[in-house]
Amino acid sequence: MTAVVHAGSPGLWLLAWRRLRADRVAMASLAVVAAFLLMLVLSASGLIVADWEAEVGVNYAPPGFVGAAAASNEVPVAPMQALPDNPFDPLADDIRALRAQLAGAGSVEMYGVADPLADDMAQLRGAGPGAEAAPRAGAGRRPTLPFGGDKWGHDVIKKTIKGGETSIVVGLVAALLAVSLGTLFGALSGYWGGVVDDCFNWFYSIFTAIPSVLMILAVAAVLQQKGVLTIVLILGLTGWTGPYRLIRAEYIKHKSREYVLAADAIGASHWSKMFTHIFPNVSHVALVQMSILVVGFIKAEVILSFLGFGVPVGVVSWGSMLNEAQNELILGRWWQLTAAAIAMALLVTAFSLFTDALRDALDPKVK
Amino acid sequence: MMSDTPLLEISNLRIAFRSGRRAMVDAVKGVSFQVLRNATVALVGESGSGKSVSSLAVMGLLPADSAVIAPDSRILFDGRDLLALSAAERRALCGKEIAMIFQEPMSSLNPVFTVGAQIAEVLRLHMGMSAAQARRRTLELLDEVGIPDPATRIDAYPSQMSGGQQQRVMIAMAIACEPRLLIADEPTTALDVTIQKQILELIARLQKRHAMAVLFITHDLGLVSEIADHVIVMRHGEVREAGPARAVLDRPQDGYTKALLHCRPSLDARPWHLPVIADYLAGAEPQRYAGGDIAEGQGVTPLHPLERQRGSGPDDEPLLVVSNLSKSFYQREGWFGKREFQAVKDVSFTLARGKTLGVVGESGSGKTTVGLTLLRLHQASGGSALFDGRDLLAMSAREFQAYKRRIQIIFQNPYASLNPRFTVGQILLEPMRIHRIGAGERERIALAHQLLEKVGLPASAFQRYPHEFSGGQRQRIAIARCLTMQPEILVCDESVSALDVSVQAQVLNLLQDLQDEFGLSYIFISHDLSVVKYIADQVMVMHQGAVVEMADSDQLYRDPRHPYTRALLAAIPRHG
Repeated sequence: MTAVVHAGSPGLWLLAWRRLRADRVAMASLAVVAAFLLMLVLSASGLIVADWEAEVGVNYAPPGFVGAAAASNEVPVAPMQALPDNPFDPLADDIRALRAQLAGAGSVEMYGVADPLADDMAQLRGAGPGAEAAPRAGAGRRPTLPFGGDKWGHDVIKKTIKGGETSIVVGLVAALLAVSLGTLFGALSGYWGGVVDDCFNWFYSIFTAIPSVLMILAVAAVLQQKGVLTIVLILGLTGWTGPYRLIRAEYIKHKSREYVLAADAIGASHWSKMFTHIFPNVSHVALVQMSILVVGFIKAEVILSFLGFGVPVGVVSWGSMLNEAQNELILGRWWQLTAAAIAMALLVTAFSLFTDALRDALDPKVK
Repeated sequence: MMSDTPLLEISNLRIAFRSGRRAMVDAVKGVSFQVLRNATVALVGESGSGKSVSSLAVMGLLPADSAVIAPDSRILFDGRDLLALSAAERRALCGKEIAMIFQEPMSSLNPVFTVGAQIAEVLRLHMGMSAAQARRRTLELLDEVGIPDPATRIDAYPSQMSGGQQQRVMIAMAIACEPRLLIADEPTTALDVTIQKQILELIARLQKRHAMAVLFITHDLGLVSEIADHVIVMRHGEVREAGPARAVLDRPQDGYTKALLHCRPSLDARPWHLPVIADYLAGAEPQRYAGGDIAEGQGVTPLHPLERQRGSGPDDEPLLVVSNLSKSFYQREGWFGKREFQAVKDVSFTLARGKTLGVVGESGSGKTTVGLTLLRLHQASGGSALFDGRDLLAMSAREFQAYKRRIQIIFQNPYASLNPRFTVGQILLEPMRIHRIGAGERERIALAHQLLEKVGLPASAFQRYPHEFSGGQRQRIAIARCLTMQPEILVCDESVSALDVSVQAQVLNLLQDLQDEFGLSYIFISHDLSVVKYIADQVMVMHQGAVVEMADSDQLYRDPRHPYTRALLAAIPRHG
């Protein structure tokens, strides 16, 4: 974002920057967004959290402030109790007979087939307990971690930072792509009107007529590979419709305004009228759409991951963390969910507030 | 007379608006005046004078969260202090005892209800009438305000009526409950001059018949003599002069009142320069007809001794020859049909170099369309416009690009015609960049500064945004933008109509100076006949898309031939 502040015509942007500086909320939210971006850059370049995959804690290590005792490592299992006999069960006799048979057999009936891997299995079983016990006790797997650990004992804080890398990139880049496409199409459509407008409207109608999940699946099927770039393309190529509609309406409204006529009279080109004259006056719409879409896309990545079109195995994102958290929550392991949710809420709130302030700062009329 | 106390008595009214966190801006600074029973009082002032704010305070319509009325202010209506009443008592009073008409009838009426329903609502709310009673009374009211065929028009929607009729409906609504005080806030400003006359007559008639008091708010001193008994002149939130209308208009005491009276071009004189407000406020009084002795105040520019002569002559060099220009708009009807609307029909004229052609007409007369079509901002449907022997309308867009430098336009609304996101510097540099005027960026910036000085703006304006300037200053910026291209023809589309009287004179003087210096030709489009009389050599009168009369300006005003021209001239409000 800071890079954008210095680009373009210096007068307007410098003024906007001065206004932003005066706005305390804007500066606070900018600091939060900048911190997230810094974290993103550092983790992407491997300077921090490169070791997030190290299994430093015990499985589901609880957060340090909760203490190891609060959530013991063992899953509490209710002792099996024999169910009372149901006097009305017609199969009661058969079941009793089967139970007696099972108890008598003592082991699984092999039906006379010799297991070809029996020796290997026996070997593995012999080595197993020792091999597993070594890192747990020997390498000092910690019983608690600062904000808890996940199923494999990864540090949740590091995992969240690493996951942010994917989610922020997906959210920001996909939203930027969607808003750019929407703005370009909307500008062309609204400015030219007539046949151009009709064509874009047909295109738009087709895109919105197809249910969004189906649309996403269709794009995913065409792209046929998993990865962050694919998610960005899926979301970007399906998400432009909202900004398109709003930007088109704004252009229709603005193209007959007198300042645009005046620009026409002095001989400004169509391109210049569209993007130098009109766009700055409708940019607030694009900015607001941008902040809405960033939020939406970070959440959409979760859904894509759930459908199996998300990040590939081995890549972590806030979406995949939330996905894991579904099962953990039943077991009372709330920390992974909390970490991902706090990170997301912080970024999304800060980003919304910042775009809001940026819109005001870019409007020379607002004091 | 019911009693001797005035109906409305405002004493020491002070209103301030919050701007930003702590700052307060004083809008009205200790204003006191009275409205007697059964009298019409005109409150006159330019924008920012506090006249509308004062009247909104009477109605209790000021925004509660930003407007602060000083605690020692008093607004007595028939002896009751309005400011001390509760909100409910206030509401019961407003609409019934005090009614208001607003400037814009188009936006004051709710577009989704019929006019009948909107008038009936007032009656049922304040008079407790039943639906049938209200409808009967509404019919009477519509008839009284002069709506033709009220029995069918009662069920019309506001959009189905003309501006004048809408204003009549607003008036019907205001007088529905027989108010004792009618506040009319610039009720005719948005209307054409012939409609304005009718509405003024209507208000005057209703005032007599219903024995109301009328507080008439206007920026136009010319209207005052037609309607008011008393005049109060306001400026910057203070009363400058108050008194009987005759006395104030004939023997104004205050410099500002004098300036207001004389800054407007009059029909019977054409000074070399219009007097501007600063001349009067400096204390010196310039002679209107400078027949030898010139006013020599300190720092005041003496008026040119001569009256300006206007008119066309045989040795004028024709610059732009327009013949049979027409423009139609089409509305789609059904599947294949379309309906043609002829906005401009066969308009022909010749514009001479260094001369001004005035184009006069009411709204819908097609005068603006003529201007826009010449600049190809609208595509002409037929005709030709020969500029230096080349037809502007038949050129390709690429060829016309070179001609855009030579023919330029200044729009009506200086608030809308400047891009709010551009600094004044960017606004001035853009056309020079497009047309490669000046050898480099440095030269262009120097040229822009020169032009700012020429139109009377400080050099610091270069860095600032349009919204930081007043209407008159913005219009100067728009003029400077045109001048960057050194055009030969300047189309002024109602360019001074949105400006205050005092500012109008300054901009007109500027346009005149530029014509004298650069030999510009103007096509001056306006609905204001006095302004056109002052600035134009030739005048073309348009009505419903066609030219009804064209003559030298002096001749046209002295001896109008066409009945429509006569009607227009008769509708000009004049004092004296």
